[in-house]
Amino acid sequence: MTDLTDLTVAGLRDGFRAGDFTAREAAEAFNTAVAGAKALNAFIVETPEHALAAADAADAARAAGEAPKPLAGVPIGMKDLFATKGVQTTAASHILEGFTPTYESTVSQKLWDAGAGMLGKLNLDQFAMGSSNETSFFGNVISPWRRKDGGNAALTPGGSSGGSASAIAARLCPAATGTDTGGSIRQPAAFVGISGIKPTYGRCSRWGTVAFASSLDQAGPMARDVTDCAIMLEAMSGFDPKDATSLDLPVPAWEAGLSPDMTGKRIGIPKEYRVDGMPAEIEALWQQGIEWMRDAGAEIVEVSLPHTKYALPAYYIVAPAEASSNLARYDGVRFGQRELPEGANLQDMYAATRAAGFGDEVKRRILIGTYVLSAGFYDAYYTQAQKVRTLIAQDFEKAWAVCDLLLTPTAPSAAFALGEKQADPLAMYLNDVFTVPASLAGLPAMSVPGGLDGAGLPLGLQVIGRPLDEQGVLNAGLAIEQRAGFSARAEKWW
Amino acid sequence: MGLDADASRTRMAVDTATVKRIAGLARIAITDEEAGRIAPELDNIMGWIEQLGEVDTSAVAPMTAVIPNMLRLRDDVVTDGGVREAVLANAPQAEHGFFAVPKVIE
Repeated sequence: MTDLTDLTVAGLRDGFRAGDFTAREAAEAFNTAVAGAKALNAFIVETPEHALAAADAADAARAAGEAPKPLAGVPIGMKDLFATKGVQTTAASHILEGFTPTYESTVSQKLWDAGAGMLGKLNLDQFAMGSSNETSFFGNVISPWRRKDGGNAALTPGGSSGGSASAIAARLCPAATGTDTGGSIRQPAAFVGISGIKPTYGRCSRWGTVAFASSLDQAGPMARDVTDCAIMLEAMSGFDPKDATSLDLPVPAWEAGLSPDMTGKRIGIPKEYRVDGMPAEIEALWQQGIEWMRDAGAEIVEVSLPHTKYALPAYYIVAPAEASSNLARYDGVRFGQRELPEGANLQDMYAATRAAGFGDEVKRRILIGTYVLSAGFYDAYYTQAQKVRTLIAQDFEKAWAVCDLLLTPTAPSAAFALGEKQADPLAMYLNDVFTVPASLAGLPAMSVPGGLDGAGLPLGLQVIGRPLDEQGVLNAGLAIEQRAGFSARAEKWW
Repeated sequence: MGLDADASRTRMAVDTATVKRIAGLARIAITDEEAGRIAPELDNIMGWIEQLGEVDTSAVAPMTAVIPNMLRLRDDVVTDGGVREAVLANAPQAEHGFFAVPKVIE
Protein backbone atom coordinates (compact mmCIF):
# COMPACT_ATOMS: atom_id res chain seq x y z
CA MET A 1 0.00 0.00 0.00
CA THR A 2 1.24 3.48 -0.80
CA ASP A 3 2.44 5.63 2.04
CA LEU A 4 -0.56 7.84 2.73
CA THR A 5 1.72 10.78 3.54
CA ASP A 6 2.87 10.77 -0.09
CA LEU A 7 -0.65 11.62 -1.25
CA THR A 8 -1.72 15.14 -2.21
CA VAL A 9 -4.88 16.84 -0.94
CA ALA A 10 -6.73 15.66 -4.05
CA GLY A 11 -5.30 12.16 -3.64
CA LEU A 12 -6.37 11.94 -0.01
CA ARG A 13 -9.80 13.36 -0.71
CA ASP A 14 -10.45 11.06 -3.65
CA GLY A 15 -8.92 7.98 -2.00
CA PHE A 16 -11.07 8.50 1.08
CA ARG A 17 -14.18 8.90 -1.05
CA ALA A 18 -13.37 5.77 -3.04
CA GLY A 19 -12.93 3.82 0.18
CA ASP A 20 -9.25 3.03 -0.50
CA PHE A 21 -8.49 3.98 3.11
CA THR A 22 -10.30 5.51 6.04
CA ALA A 23 -9.88 9.11 7.13
CA ARG A 24 -8.54 7.78 10.43
CA GLU A 25 -5.79 5.85 8.64
CA ALA A 26 -4.77 9.01 6.83
CA ALA A 27 -4.82 11.12 9.99
CA GLU A 28 -2.78 8.52 11.88
CA ALA A 29 -0.19 8.37 9.11
CA PHE A 30 0.32 12.12 9.22
CA ASN A 31 0.22 12.27 13.04
CA THR A 32 3.05 9.72 13.07
CA ALA A 33 5.04 11.74 10.54
CA VAL A 34 4.57 14.91 12.60
CA ALA A 35 5.60 13.19 15.83
CA GLY A 36 8.73 11.84 14.16
CA ALA A 37 9.99 15.15 12.76
CA LYS A 38 10.81 17.22 15.84
CA ALA A 39 14.23 18.01 14.33
CA LEU A 40 12.57 20.30 11.80
CA ASN A 41 10.82 22.31 14.56
CA ALA A 42 7.98 22.97 12.10
CA PHE A 43 5.22 22.76 14.72
CA ILE A 44 4.78 24.86 17.85
CA VAL A 45 1.86 22.73 19.04
CA GLU A 46 0.84 19.30 17.76
CA THR A 47 -2.87 18.49 17.78
CA PRO A 48 -3.18 14.82 16.78
CA GLU A 49 -6.51 14.57 18.63
CA HIS A 50 -7.99 17.34 16.46
CA ALA A 51 -6.94 15.51 13.28
CA LEU A 52 -8.38 12.23 14.58
CA ALA A 53 -11.68 13.81 15.63
CA ALA A 54 -12.18 15.30 12.15
CA ALA A 55 -11.21 11.97 10.60
CA ASP A 56 -13.63 10.02 12.76
CA ALA A 57 -16.40 12.45 11.86
CA ALA A 58 -15.59 11.94 8.18
CA ASP A 59 -15.56 8.16 8.53
CA ALA A 60 -18.85 8.20 10.46
CA ALA A 61 -20.49 10.41 7.83
CA ARG A 62 -19.27 8.11 5.11
CA ALA A 63 -20.60 5.05 6.95
CA ALA A 64 -23.96 6.81 7.29
CA GLY A 65 -24.04 7.39 3.53
CA GLU A 66 -23.81 11.16 3.77
CA ALA A 67 -22.33 13.21 0.94
CA PRO A 68 -18.66 13.88 1.75
CA LYS A 69 -17.51 17.36 2.64
CA PRO A 70 -14.98 19.00 0.28
CA LEU A 71 -11.96 18.24 2.49
CA ALA A 72 -13.23 15.14 4.30
CA GLY A 73 -10.30 12.82 4.94
CA VAL A 74 -7.68 15.58 4.62
CA PRO A 75 -5.61 16.64 7.66
CA ILE A 76 -3.76 19.94 7.30
CA GLY A 77 -1.33 22.20 9.14
CA MET A 78 -2.41 25.60 10.51
CA LYS A 79 0.03 28.49 10.64
CA ASP A 80 0.15 29.69 14.25
CA LEU A 81 -1.08 33.11 13.19
CA PHE A 82 -4.70 31.92 12.96
CA ALA A 83 -6.68 31.96 16.19
CA THR A 84 -7.86 28.45 16.99
CA LYS A 85 -10.44 27.96 19.70
CA GLY A 86 -9.01 26.11 22.67
CA VAL A 87 -5.56 25.70 21.07
CA GLN A 88 -2.68 28.00 21.99
CA THR A 89 -2.12 30.73 19.38
CA THR A 90 1.18 32.58 19.70
CA ALA A 91 2.21 34.18 16.37
CA ALA A 92 5.54 32.59 17.42
CA SER A 93 5.93 35.29 20.08
CA HIS A 94 6.64 35.14 23.79
CA ILE A 95 4.09 37.86 24.47
CA LEU A 96 1.27 35.55 23.29
CA GLU A 97 2.70 32.41 24.87
CA GLY A 98 -0.16 30.60 26.56
CA PHE A 99 -2.84 32.64 24.76
CA THR A 100 -5.74 30.27 24.15
CA PRO A 101 -8.41 31.90 22.00
CA THR A 102 -12.05 31.49 22.94
CA TYR A 103 -12.95 31.96 19.27
CA GLU A 104 -11.95 30.57 15.87
CA SER A 105 -10.55 32.56 12.93
CA THR A 106 -12.79 32.68 9.88
CA VAL A 107 -10.25 30.96 7.61
CA SER A 108 -9.62 28.06 10.00
CA GLN A 109 -13.36 27.70 10.71
CA LYS A 110 -14.02 27.44 6.98
CA LEU A 111 -11.46 24.67 6.68
CA TRP A 112 -12.97 22.72 9.60
CA ASP A 113 -16.44 23.25 8.12
CA ALA A 114 -15.09 21.76 4.89
CA GLY A 115 -14.14 18.64 6.83
CA ALA A 116 -10.39 19.16 7.24
CA GLY A 117 -8.62 18.20 10.46
CA MET A 118 -5.74 20.00 12.17
CA LEU A 119 -2.38 18.29 12.68
CA GLY A 120 -1.00 21.21 14.66
CA LYS A 121 -0.02 24.86 14.78
CA LEU A 122 2.90 25.65 12.53
CA ASN A 123 5.95 27.68 13.48
CA LEU A 124 6.62 31.01 11.73
CA ASP A 125 8.61 34.18 12.00
CA GLN A 126 7.48 36.13 15.06
CA PHE A 127 4.29 38.05 14.15
CA ALA A 128 5.09 36.98 10.55
CA MET A 129 8.01 39.43 10.49
CA GLY A 130 10.90 37.78 8.74
CA SER A 131 12.02 35.99 5.60
CA SER A 132 13.91 33.06 7.10
CA ASN A 133 11.92 31.83 10.13
CA GLU A 134 14.76 32.88 12.41
CA THR A 135 12.69 35.35 14.47
CA SER A 136 10.39 32.80 16.12
CA PHE A 137 10.46 32.74 19.92
CA PHE A 138 10.11 28.97 19.59
CA GLY A 139 13.30 28.50 17.61
CA ASN A 140 14.28 28.28 13.96
CA VAL A 141 12.40 26.04 11.58
CA ILE A 142 14.82 23.85 9.64
CA SER A 143 14.27 23.09 5.96
CA PRO A 144 14.21 19.40 5.08
CA TRP A 145 16.43 20.31 2.12
CA ARG A 146 20.20 20.21 2.25
CA ARG A 147 22.80 21.30 -0.27
CA LYS A 148 24.28 18.37 -2.09
CA ASP A 149 27.82 19.51 -1.22
CA GLY A 150 27.61 17.20 1.79
CA GLY A 151 28.15 20.06 4.23
CA ASN A 152 24.75 19.49 5.83
CA ALA A 153 24.40 23.16 6.77
CA ALA A 154 20.95 23.78 8.22
CA LEU A 155 19.01 25.79 5.64
CA THR A 156 16.15 28.22 6.07
CA PRO A 157 12.72 27.11 4.84
CA GLY A 158 12.05 30.79 4.12
CA GLY A 159 9.60 32.95 5.97
CA SER A 160 7.42 33.93 7.41
CA SER A 161 5.41 30.75 6.67
CA GLY A 162 8.49 28.59 7.27
CA GLY A 163 6.79 25.95 9.38
CA SER A 164 4.13 25.48 6.71
CA ALA A 165 6.81 25.17 4.01
CA SER A 166 9.03 22.78 5.91
CA ALA A 167 6.13 20.57 7.01
CA ILE A 168 4.72 20.20 3.51
CA ALA A 169 8.10 19.56 1.90
CA ALA A 170 8.84 16.90 4.55
CA ARG A 171 5.42 15.26 3.97
CA LEU A 172 4.24 16.05 7.50
CA CYS A 173 1.06 17.52 6.07
CA PRO A 174 -0.33 17.60 2.52
CA ALA A 175 -1.21 21.29 2.74
CA ALA A 176 -1.17 24.17 5.19
CA THR A 177 -2.38 27.68 5.62
CA GLY A 178 0.03 30.53 5.10
CA THR A 179 -0.22 34.28 5.27
CA ASP A 180 1.51 36.70 2.94
CA THR A 181 2.22 40.33 3.78
CA GLY A 182 5.25 40.88 1.52
CA GLY A 183 5.96 37.38 0.23
CA SER A 184 5.50 35.12 3.24
CA ILE A 185 3.67 32.41 1.27
CA ARG A 186 5.55 32.63 -2.02
CA GLN A 187 9.18 32.89 -0.87
CA PRO A 188 9.05 29.90 1.52
CA ALA A 189 7.15 27.88 -1.11
CA ALA A 190 9.96 28.60 -3.57
CA PHE A 191 12.67 27.71 -1.03
CA VAL A 192 11.29 24.22 -0.35
CA GLY A 193 9.95 23.27 -3.80
CA ILE A 194 6.21 23.52 -3.19
CA SER A 195 3.38 25.74 -4.48
CA GLY A 196 1.62 28.59 -2.72
CA ILE A 197 -0.82 31.29 -3.70
CA LYS A 198 -1.59 34.66 -2.17
CA PRO A 199 -5.04 35.56 -3.48
CA THR A 200 -6.34 39.05 -4.22
CA TYR A 201 -6.45 41.22 -1.09
CA GLY A 202 -9.87 40.66 0.46
CA ARG A 203 -10.54 37.13 -0.84
CA CYS A 204 -9.73 35.51 2.52
CA SER A 205 -11.08 37.05 5.68
CA ARG A 206 -8.50 38.51 8.06
CA TRP A 207 -10.83 38.03 11.03
CA GLY A 208 -9.12 36.06 13.78
CA THR A 209 -5.73 36.22 12.08
CA VAL A 210 -3.09 37.94 14.22
CA ALA A 211 -2.58 41.26 12.42
CA PHE A 212 0.80 42.39 11.08
CA ALA A 213 0.09 45.02 8.38
CA SER A 214 -3.63 45.11 7.75
CA SER A 215 -3.60 46.68 4.28
CA LEU A 216 -1.24 43.93 3.07
CA ASP A 217 -2.03 40.78 5.11
CA GLN A 218 -3.69 38.03 3.08
CA ALA A 219 -4.12 34.36 3.91
CA GLY A 220 -3.58 31.69 1.30
CA PRO A 221 -2.79 28.01 0.92
CA MET A 222 0.52 26.21 0.51
CA ALA A 223 0.58 22.69 -0.91
CA ARG A 224 2.55 20.32 -3.08
CA ASP A 225 0.86 21.26 -6.35
CA VAL A 226 -1.35 23.77 -8.09
CA THR A 227 -4.51 21.64 -7.95
CA ASP A 228 -4.21 21.34 -4.18
CA CYS A 229 -3.76 25.10 -3.90
CA ALA A 230 -6.99 25.57 -5.88
CA ILE A 231 -8.86 23.12 -3.64
CA MET A 232 -7.59 24.74 -0.45
CA LEU A 233 -8.16 28.29 -1.66
CA GLU A 234 -11.79 27.48 -2.48
CA ALA A 235 -12.31 26.31 1.08
CA MET A 236 -10.53 29.31 2.65
CA SER A 237 -12.05 32.15 0.59
CA GLY A 238 -15.35 33.93 0.81
CA PHE A 239 -17.14 37.00 2.11
CA ASP A 240 -16.99 37.64 5.84
CA PRO A 241 -19.05 40.44 7.37
CA LYS A 242 -16.60 40.47 10.30
CA ASP A 243 -13.78 41.83 8.09
CA ALA A 244 -14.43 45.33 6.72
CA THR A 245 -12.07 44.71 3.78
CA SER A 246 -13.54 41.31 2.87
CA LEU A 247 -14.70 41.18 -0.76
CA ASP A 248 -18.41 40.45 -1.12
CA LEU A 249 -18.03 38.18 -4.13
CA PRO A 250 -18.86 34.56 -4.84
CA VAL A 251 -15.97 32.07 -4.63
CA PRO A 252 -15.15 30.75 -8.11
CA ALA A 253 -14.83 27.00 -8.71
CA TRP A 254 -11.07 27.26 -9.18
CA GLU A 255 -10.36 23.54 -9.18
CA ALA A 256 -12.98 22.83 -11.85
CA GLY A 257 -11.70 25.78 -13.87
CA LEU A 258 -8.08 24.57 -14.01
CA SER A 259 -6.61 24.49 -17.51
CA PRO A 260 -2.95 24.53 -18.55
CA ASP A 261 -3.79 25.89 -22.02
CA MET A 262 -2.26 29.36 -22.37
CA THR A 263 -3.49 29.93 -25.93
CA GLY A 264 -4.42 33.56 -26.40
CA LYS A 265 -2.77 34.61 -23.12
CA ARG A 266 -0.14 37.33 -23.13
CA ILE A 267 2.57 36.83 -20.52
CA GLY A 268 4.41 39.98 -19.48
CA ILE A 269 8.09 39.85 -18.57
CA PRO A 270 8.92 42.91 -16.43
CA LYS A 271 12.36 44.14 -17.41
CA GLU A 272 12.94 45.82 -14.03
CA TYR A 273 13.00 42.39 -12.35
CA ARG A 274 16.40 41.72 -13.96
CA VAL A 275 18.19 42.94 -10.85
CA ASP A 276 21.93 43.31 -10.35
CA GLY A 277 23.61 40.33 -8.83
CA MET A 278 20.83 37.87 -9.62
CA PRO A 279 22.37 34.39 -9.84
CA ALA A 280 22.71 33.07 -13.40
CA GLU A 281 20.72 29.99 -12.43
CA ILE A 282 17.71 32.10 -11.54
CA GLU A 283 18.01 34.04 -14.79
CA ALA A 284 18.20 30.70 -16.64
CA LEU A 285 15.14 29.35 -14.85
CA TRP A 286 13.23 32.51 -15.75
CA GLN A 287 14.15 31.97 -19.41
CA GLN A 288 13.05 28.36 -19.10
CA GLY A 289 9.73 29.55 -17.67
CA ILE A 290 9.29 31.86 -20.64
CA GLU A 291 9.87 28.91 -22.98
CA TRP A 292 7.35 26.81 -21.06
CA MET A 293 4.77 29.59 -21.39
CA ARG A 294 5.40 29.79 -25.15
CA ASP A 295 5.08 26.02 -25.37
CA ALA A 296 1.72 26.27 -23.57
CA GLY A 297 0.50 28.65 -26.29
CA ALA A 298 1.13 32.01 -24.67
CA GLU A 299 2.47 35.12 -26.33
CA ILE A 300 5.43 36.71 -24.52
CA VAL A 301 5.64 40.50 -24.20
CA GLU A 302 8.21 42.64 -22.44
CA VAL A 303 6.65 45.11 -20.03
CA SER A 304 7.95 47.87 -17.80
CA LEU A 305 7.11 48.38 -14.14
CA PRO A 306 9.22 51.50 -13.66
CA HIS A 307 8.68 51.96 -9.91
CA THR A 308 9.74 48.43 -8.97
CA LYS A 309 12.92 49.56 -7.21
CA TYR A 310 10.88 51.71 -4.85
CA ALA A 311 8.54 48.89 -3.78
CA LEU A 312 10.80 47.57 -1.01
CA PRO A 313 11.54 50.92 0.65
CA ALA A 314 7.82 51.83 0.41
CA TYR A 315 6.94 48.47 1.95
CA TYR A 316 9.39 49.04 4.80
CA ILE A 317 7.53 52.21 5.69
CA VAL A 318 3.96 51.01 5.21
CA ALA A 319 4.28 47.59 6.85
CA PRO A 320 6.15 48.72 10.00
CA ALA A 321 3.82 51.73 10.33
CA GLU A 322 0.77 49.46 10.32
CA ALA A 323 2.55 46.96 12.57
CA SER A 324 3.40 49.61 15.16
CA SER A 325 -0.29 50.44 15.33
CA ASN A 326 -1.56 46.83 15.30
CA LEU A 327 0.90 45.65 17.93
CA ALA A 328 -0.07 48.44 20.34
CA ARG A 329 -2.71 46.03 21.65
CA TYR A 330 -0.10 43.87 23.38
CA ASP A 331 0.01 45.72 26.66
CA GLY A 332 -0.17 43.02 29.30
CA VAL A 333 -3.74 43.89 30.26
CA ARG A 334 -6.22 41.85 28.24
CA PHE A 335 -4.29 38.81 27.02
CA GLY A 336 -0.80 37.43 26.77
CA GLN A 337 2.18 37.84 29.05
CA ARG A 338 2.54 40.59 31.63
CA GLU A 339 5.81 41.82 33.09
CA LEU A 340 5.36 43.68 36.35
CA PRO A 341 8.61 44.86 37.94
CA GLU A 342 8.55 45.55 41.68
CA GLY A 343 6.87 48.89 42.33
CA ALA A 344 6.01 49.47 38.66
CA ASN A 345 3.16 51.76 37.69
CA LEU A 346 0.90 51.17 34.70
CA GLN A 347 3.20 52.87 32.16
CA ASP A 348 6.19 50.93 33.48
CA MET A 349 4.21 47.73 33.17
CA TYR A 350 3.37 48.42 29.51
CA ALA A 351 7.01 49.13 28.68
CA ALA A 352 8.38 46.18 30.63
CA THR A 353 5.78 43.80 29.18
CA ARG A 354 6.57 44.83 25.62
CA ALA A 355 10.33 44.78 26.19
CA ALA A 356 10.15 41.23 27.51
CA GLY A 357 7.48 39.97 25.14
CA PHE A 358 8.69 41.09 21.70
CA GLY A 359 11.74 39.75 19.88
CA ASP A 360 14.43 41.92 18.30
CA GLU A 361 12.97 42.01 14.78
CA VAL A 362 9.48 42.83 16.05
CA LYS A 363 10.91 45.65 18.18
CA ARG A 364 12.93 46.89 15.21
CA ARG A 365 9.81 47.13 13.05
CA ILE A 366 7.70 48.73 15.77
CA LEU A 367 10.45 51.32 16.21
CA ILE A 368 10.68 51.98 12.45
CA GLY A 369 6.90 52.30 12.29
CA THR A 370 6.75 54.60 15.29
CA TYR A 371 9.55 56.71 13.82
CA VAL A 372 7.97 57.17 10.37
CA LEU A 373 4.60 58.01 11.91
CA SER A 374 5.98 60.42 14.49
CA ALA A 375 5.33 64.16 14.44
CA GLY A 376 7.24 65.93 11.69
CA PHE A 377 8.04 62.75 9.75
CA TYR A 378 4.56 61.50 8.80
CA ASP A 379 4.30 63.30 5.45
CA ALA A 380 7.92 62.81 4.48
CA TYR A 381 7.78 59.07 5.06
CA TYR A 382 4.32 57.59 5.40
CA THR A 383 2.40 59.82 2.99
CA GLN A 384 5.25 59.63 0.47
CA ALA A 385 5.26 55.81 0.74
CA GLN A 386 1.50 55.65 0.19
CA LYS A 387 1.91 57.85 -2.90
CA VAL A 388 4.66 55.60 -4.22
CA ARG A 389 2.35 52.69 -3.54
CA THR A 390 -0.22 54.32 -5.83
CA LEU A 391 2.46 54.59 -8.54
CA ILE A 392 3.38 50.92 -8.12
CA ALA A 393 -0.28 49.93 -8.49
CA GLN A 394 -0.52 52.15 -11.59
CA ASP A 395 2.54 50.41 -13.07
CA PHE A 396 0.63 47.13 -12.87
CA GLU A 397 -2.56 48.66 -14.29
CA LYS A 398 -0.60 49.90 -17.31
CA ALA A 399 0.95 46.47 -17.75
CA TRP A 400 -2.51 44.85 -17.83
CA ALA A 401 -3.23 46.87 -20.99
CA VAL A 402 -0.67 44.78 -22.86
CA CYS A 403 -0.57 41.48 -20.96
CA ASP A 404 -2.77 39.15 -18.89
CA LEU A 405 -0.24 37.76 -16.43
CA LEU A 406 3.31 38.45 -15.34
CA LEU A 407 6.07 35.86 -14.99
CA THR A 408 9.05 36.49 -12.69
CA PRO A 409 11.37 34.57 -10.40
CA THR A 410 9.94 34.24 -6.88
CA ALA A 411 13.12 35.09 -4.99
CA PRO A 412 16.57 36.40 -5.94
CA SER A 413 18.31 33.35 -4.46
CA ALA A 414 17.77 29.77 -3.38
CA ALA A 415 17.41 29.00 0.33
CA PHE A 416 20.33 30.33 2.35
CA ALA A 417 21.87 28.86 5.47
CA LEU A 418 20.39 29.71 8.85
CA GLY A 419 22.42 32.54 10.35
CA GLU A 420 23.79 33.64 6.99
CA LYS A 421 21.80 36.88 6.71
CA GLN A 422 20.77 37.34 10.31
CA ALA A 423 23.42 39.94 11.14
CA ASP A 424 22.19 42.35 8.47
CA PRO A 425 18.45 43.16 8.63
CA LEU A 426 18.62 45.06 5.34
CA ALA A 427 20.11 42.12 3.42
CA MET A 428 17.22 40.02 4.73
CA TYR A 429 14.64 42.59 3.61
CA LEU A 430 16.07 42.54 0.06
CA ASN A 431 15.09 38.87 -0.29
CA ASP A 432 11.49 40.00 -0.82
CA VAL A 433 12.32 42.17 -3.85
CA PHE A 434 10.16 40.18 -6.32
CA THR A 435 7.22 39.45 -4.04
CA VAL A 436 6.59 42.81 -2.38
CA PRO A 437 5.31 44.75 -5.44
CA ALA A 438 2.29 42.44 -5.93
CA SER A 439 1.55 42.71 -2.21
CA LEU A 440 1.56 46.50 -2.34
CA ALA A 441 -0.91 46.34 -5.24
CA GLY A 442 -3.11 43.66 -3.63
CA LEU A 443 -2.72 41.34 -6.63
CA PRO A 444 -3.05 37.54 -6.71
CA ALA A 445 0.34 35.88 -7.07
CA MET A 446 1.68 32.38 -6.72
CA SER A 447 4.96 30.52 -6.65
CA VAL A 448 5.44 27.15 -8.30
CA PRO A 449 8.60 25.03 -8.32
CA GLY A 450 10.63 25.37 -11.50
CA GLY A 451 13.70 23.26 -10.90
CA LEU A 452 16.84 22.80 -8.82
CA ASP A 453 19.97 24.92 -8.73
CA GLY A 454 23.50 23.56 -8.92
CA ALA A 455 23.52 22.86 -5.19
CA GLY A 456 20.37 20.77 -5.57
CA LEU A 457 18.05 23.33 -3.99
CA PRO A 458 14.59 24.25 -5.34
CA LEU A 459 13.91 27.49 -7.22
CA GLY A 460 10.47 28.97 -7.79
CA LEU A 461 8.74 30.92 -10.53
CA GLN A 462 6.15 33.55 -9.69
CA VAL A 463 2.97 34.29 -11.63
CA ILE A 464 1.18 37.57 -10.89
CA GLY A 465 -2.34 38.26 -12.12
CA ARG A 466 -4.96 40.96 -12.39
CA PRO A 467 -7.15 41.63 -9.35
CA LEU A 468 -9.53 38.68 -8.85
CA ASP A 469 -7.89 36.59 -11.59
CA GLU A 470 -6.77 33.75 -9.33
CA GLN A 471 -7.94 31.38 -12.07
CA GLY A 472 -5.53 32.85 -14.57
CA VAL A 473 -2.70 32.67 -12.04
CA LEU A 474 -3.49 29.05 -11.12
CA ASN A 475 -3.76 28.03 -14.78
CA ALA A 476 -0.39 29.54 -15.63
CA GLY A 477 1.01 27.82 -12.56
CA LEU A 478 -0.40 24.54 -13.81
CA ALA A 479 1.14 25.08 -17.26
CA ILE A 480 4.54 25.55 -15.59
CA GLU A 481 4.01 22.61 -13.25
CA GLN A 482 3.23 20.23 -16.10
CA ARG A 483 6.32 21.29 -18.04
CA ALA A 484 8.71 21.52 -15.11
CA GLY A 485 7.78 18.03 -13.98
CA PHE A 486 9.26 18.89 -10.60
CA SER A 487 9.45 15.66 -8.60
CA ALA A 488 12.56 16.22 -6.48
CA ARG A 489 12.12 15.85 -2.75
CA ALA A 490 14.34 16.28 0.24
CA GLU A 491 16.05 13.09 1.31
CA LYS A 492 14.90 12.13 4.80
CA TRP A 493 17.50 12.84 7.50
CA TRP A 494 15.25 14.02 10.33
CA MET B 1 4.73 69.13 0.74
CA GLY B 2 6.47 65.79 0.60
CA LEU B 3 10.03 64.69 1.02
CA ASP B 4 11.12 67.11 -1.72
CA ALA B 5 11.30 70.03 0.66
CA ASP B 6 13.48 68.03 3.02
CA ALA B 7 15.62 66.37 0.38
CA SER B 8 17.94 69.33 0.09
CA ARG B 9 18.88 68.91 3.73
CA THR B 10 21.12 66.16 4.94
CA ARG B 11 19.02 63.52 6.65
CA MET B 12 19.19 63.58 10.40
CA ALA B 13 20.98 60.48 11.67
CA VAL B 14 19.05 58.11 13.89
CA ASP B 15 21.08 58.32 17.09
CA THR B 16 20.80 56.75 20.50
CA ALA B 17 18.71 59.61 21.87
CA THR B 18 16.25 59.27 18.97
CA VAL B 19 15.93 55.52 19.54
CA LYS B 20 15.20 56.08 23.22
CA ARG B 21 12.57 58.71 22.39
CA ILE B 22 10.91 56.43 19.80
CA ALA B 23 11.01 53.46 22.17
CA GLY B 24 9.29 55.65 24.76
CA LEU B 25 6.54 56.50 22.27
CA ALA B 26 6.21 52.80 21.43
CA ARG B 27 6.08 51.87 25.15
CA ILE B 28 9.06 49.52 24.93
CA ALA B 29 11.54 49.66 27.79
CA ILE B 30 15.05 49.93 26.42
CA THR B 31 18.50 50.06 27.99
CA ASP B 32 21.25 52.45 26.89
CA GLU B 33 23.18 49.47 25.60
CA GLU B 34 20.22 48.29 23.47
CA ALA B 35 19.56 51.78 22.15
CA GLY B 36 23.23 52.05 21.21
CA ARG B 37 23.05 48.76 19.32
CA ILE B 38 19.77 49.54 17.53
CA ALA B 39 20.63 53.12 16.49
CA PRO B 40 23.09 52.25 13.68
CA GLU B 41 20.74 49.49 12.44
CA LEU B 42 17.82 51.87 12.17
CA ASP B 43 20.04 54.56 10.70
CA ASN B 44 21.14 52.14 8.00
CA ILE B 45 17.55 51.14 7.22
CA MET B 46 16.27 54.73 7.20
CA GLY B 47 19.16 55.75 4.95
CA TRP B 48 18.11 53.09 2.47
CA ILE B 49 14.45 54.12 2.70
CA GLU B 50 15.51 57.70 1.89
CA GLN B 51 15.65 56.83 -1.84
CA LEU B 52 11.85 57.20 -1.91
CA GLY B 53 12.51 60.93 -1.95
CA GLU B 54 13.70 60.60 -5.58
CA VAL B 55 10.17 59.84 -6.76
CA ASP B 56 8.13 62.80 -7.96
CA THR B 57 4.76 62.33 -6.31
CA SER B 58 3.52 65.89 -6.62
CA ALA B 59 0.55 64.81 -8.77
CA VAL B 60 -0.17 61.50 -7.00
CA ALA B 61 -2.78 60.72 -4.36
CA PRO B 62 -1.74 58.45 -1.49
CA MET B 63 -3.23 54.96 -1.72
CA THR B 64 -6.18 54.35 0.56
CA ALA B 65 -7.45 50.96 -0.65
CA VAL B 66 -5.53 48.38 -2.70
CA ILE B 67 -8.68 46.84 -4.14
CA PRO B 68 -11.70 49.09 -4.69
CA ASN B 69 -14.24 48.13 -2.07
CA MET B 70 -17.33 49.62 -0.52
CA LEU B 71 -17.49 50.56 3.11
CA ARG B 72 -20.43 48.58 4.32
CA LEU B 73 -22.90 49.70 6.93
CA ARG B 74 -24.87 47.24 8.98
CA ASP B 75 -27.98 47.63 11.07
CA ASP B 76 -27.29 49.35 14.37
CA VAL B 77 -28.13 46.37 16.54
CA VAL B 78 -26.31 44.42 19.22
CA THR B 79 -24.83 41.32 17.58
CA ASP B 80 -22.90 39.83 20.46
CA GLY B 81 -22.12 40.28 24.13
CA GLY B 82 -22.79 38.45 27.35
CA VAL B 83 -19.45 36.67 27.08
CA ARG B 84 -17.59 38.25 30.00
CA GLU B 85 -15.89 35.03 31.00
CA ALA B 86 -14.61 34.49 27.46
CA VAL B 87 -13.34 38.07 27.28
CA LEU B 88 -11.48 37.74 30.56
CA ALA B 89 -10.28 34.17 29.98
CA ASN B 90 -6.80 35.19 28.80
CA ALA B 91 -6.27 38.18 31.08
CA PRO B 92 -2.98 38.09 33.02
CA GLN B 93 -4.98 39.36 35.99
CA ALA B 94 -8.77 39.54 36.26
CA GLU B 95 -10.64 40.47 39.44
CA HIS B 96 -14.36 40.78 40.16
CA GLY B 97 -15.18 40.54 36.45
CA PHE B 98 -12.70 43.25 35.42
CA PHE B 99 -9.22 43.48 33.96
CA ALA B 100 -6.87 44.39 36.80
CA VAL B 101 -3.86 46.71 36.40
CA PRO B 102 -1.33 48.23 38.80
CA LYS B 103 -2.54 51.21 40.79
CA VAL B 104 -2.98 54.24 38.51
CA ILE B 105 -4.08 56.96 40.97
CA GLU B 106 -1.80 57.63 43.91
